[in-house]
Amino acid sequence: MHWIILPVILPAMLAPILGFVMRHDISLARVASIAGTATLVAIAVGLTMLASDGETHVYRLGDWPAPFGIVLVLDRLSAMMVMLTSLLALVVLIHAVVTGWDARGRHFHALFQFQLMGICGAFLTGDVFNLFVFFEVLLIASYGLMIHAGGRERMQAGLQYVVMNLAGSTLFLFALGTLYASTGTLNIADLAAKVPTIPADEAALVRVAAILLMVVFAVKAALFPVQFWLPATYANAPAPVAALFAIMTKVGAYAIIRVHTLAFGPGTPGTDGLAASWLFPAAIVTIAVGAFGVLGAKRLMPLIAFSIVGSMGTLLVAVAAFSPTAMTAALYYMLHSTFAAAGLFLMADLVVSRRNGDLLRTQAPTIQNGLFAALFFGAAIAMAGMPPLSGFLGKLLILDSLRDPGTIAWAWTAILAGSLLTIVGFARAGSTLFWKSTSVPVASAESEVTDMPEPASQPATAMEIAPTMAAIALLIGLSVFAGPVSNYLEGTSAQLFDRAGYISAVLGPEGEG
Amino acid sequence: MELIVASAIGTLTAGGVYLMLRLRTFPVILGLALLSYAVNVFIFASGRLAIDMSPILSKYGDASYTDPLPQALVLTAIVISFGMTAVLVMIGLGAFLEAETDRIDVASDEAETNETKDGAA
Repeated sequence: MHWIILPVILPAMLAPILGFVMRHDISLARVASIAGTATLVAIAVGLTMLASDGETHVYRLGDWPAPFGIVLVLDRLSAMMVMLTSLLALVVLIHAVVTGWDARGRHFHALFQFQLMGICGAFLTGDVFNLFVFFEVLLIASYGLMIHAGGRERMQAGLQYVVMNLAGSTLFLFALGTLYASTGTLNIADLAAKVPTIPADEAALVRVAAILLMVVFAVKAALFPVQFWLPATYANAPAPVAALFAIMTKVGAYAIIRVHTLAFGPGTPGTDGLAASWLFPAAIVTIAVGAFGVLGAKRLMPLIAFSIVGSMGTLLVAVAAFSPTAMTAALYYMLHSTFAAAGLFLMADLVVSRRNGDLLRTQAPTIQNGLFAALFFGAAIAMAGMPPLSGFLGKLLILDSLRDPGTIAWAWTAILAGSLLTIVGFARAGSTLFWKSTSVPVASAESEVTDMPEPASQPATAMEIAPTMAAIALLIGLSVFAGPVSNYLEGTSAQLFDRAGYISAVLGPEGEG
Repeated sequence: MELIVASAIGTLTAGGVYLMLRLRTFPVILGLALLSYAVNVFIFASGRLAIDMSPILSKYGDASYTDPLPQALVLTAIVISFGMTAVLVMIGLGAFLEAETDRIDVASDEAETNETKDGAA
């Protein structure tokens, strides 16, 4: 049963070794980092198999019983998220190594492993304060990764990102203080047992805490009105780091799903429907912000960042329904949008490194124009939600699950119109980058290039394209195996809404009452 | 005592928010420090205010005790916010040396217009 803590222990052990022992030997660090991440994938597969029996596995740190000690909880949802993280990390890490991004600054691999430690810990923990600690671990690593390789704009965007998240962390602590003062516990299972016993007219402080927590998670999940940090951050982060950050917004979504379903979810007199009533309109506006951002972006990296904002809106519209069918759809879309966003950023890195910056303007075609156009096409139709890739299936599942008469008009309009605008935005970007550029005569472009800093014009090797291809292949796999995946996800959301099962698994049978 | 603690938290928070809205590196760092002091006192107070009570369960008799958990939580929060402030100072310094301005609200799209502004200044 010690398996459950391995996704936290492995990167936590590996990172200091990478930072202190292998700091002067980049190839040794690369081998160790990739081997560690591949082991993490193997562990994640093992945990997913362990969790797929539908039981909630609990790991008591120091063997202290649950409400007093810290617990890690492995259920289908956590196992799936750890699996998603490790797969994404492996793809991104290989891209970073092959394109040489990891050697442009110091300590990339150590920070990368600390980031994985924080993300896996956040997915596995069963305690809200412990969630805060793992948030800080993943954030402090992400600060380092965000400003990796330096540069003026990246440092300024990094500073904004740090300030934004420090303010968010302070708010998180305020929420936890309020929650502890009103319930006397911070264990998620214990909260799930105690919050429903608070009568509605005494639950004012709990409601404040629930909404404060949602604001904090919304900052991570880039939900309107606290989404404004995301485009500047993702657009200025190194592209492989931005691809890894695709999972960071999902950490916020996961925290909303976990905490607001179990602790403040349906059936609690004090907080029932509270999260949904705020989450739904905010998610609708988020879709609109993302869609207009995609349409109006002048550069490629912000365009992709805005498409992530839009996808988070779509995801959270489904989460806001707080019903098992909608949650199944939301989880499927979460798997899809992570890989779609990562694929887009990795593709963008290949193109932008061969152009003069990422401005969306016509210039001479880069080498391998057709190949990049095909990759962009694949990733963009996935992100926009067109068939045959999994974005279409994900959006279809979400639309299908939102048939409630109160929500159908807003949700369907927002998702469908948002998808249309996203398609138009991506089509415009793609035709400017890849299609119109073929009409620019190469000769005149070359004379222009001579007095500019020459962009890397080597053709991309097979190894450089492989990670992007892998991300798209995972999307294809997700749509081919949509049946088995959604079976697993149905079990996941059933388990998620089975509050009594979670409580008795964590606190033991006597804690159920 | 409740009034003093509550108004102290409120004043610290108000000052912190005001300084954060200045959008210059140094005031923002001070503002975040004030905010983290406020939240530390707030967490400490979430275990109820008590005077002359130890946070240890006494095994002799019925001596009452104060809740030890918020004190452990606040210790974690202090350590983390202290470390984070150090990171923020370093990144702020790095950004200032790179960009030669300590404003933190510069959108990347405005970079070109800012270059001319910096040149003039």
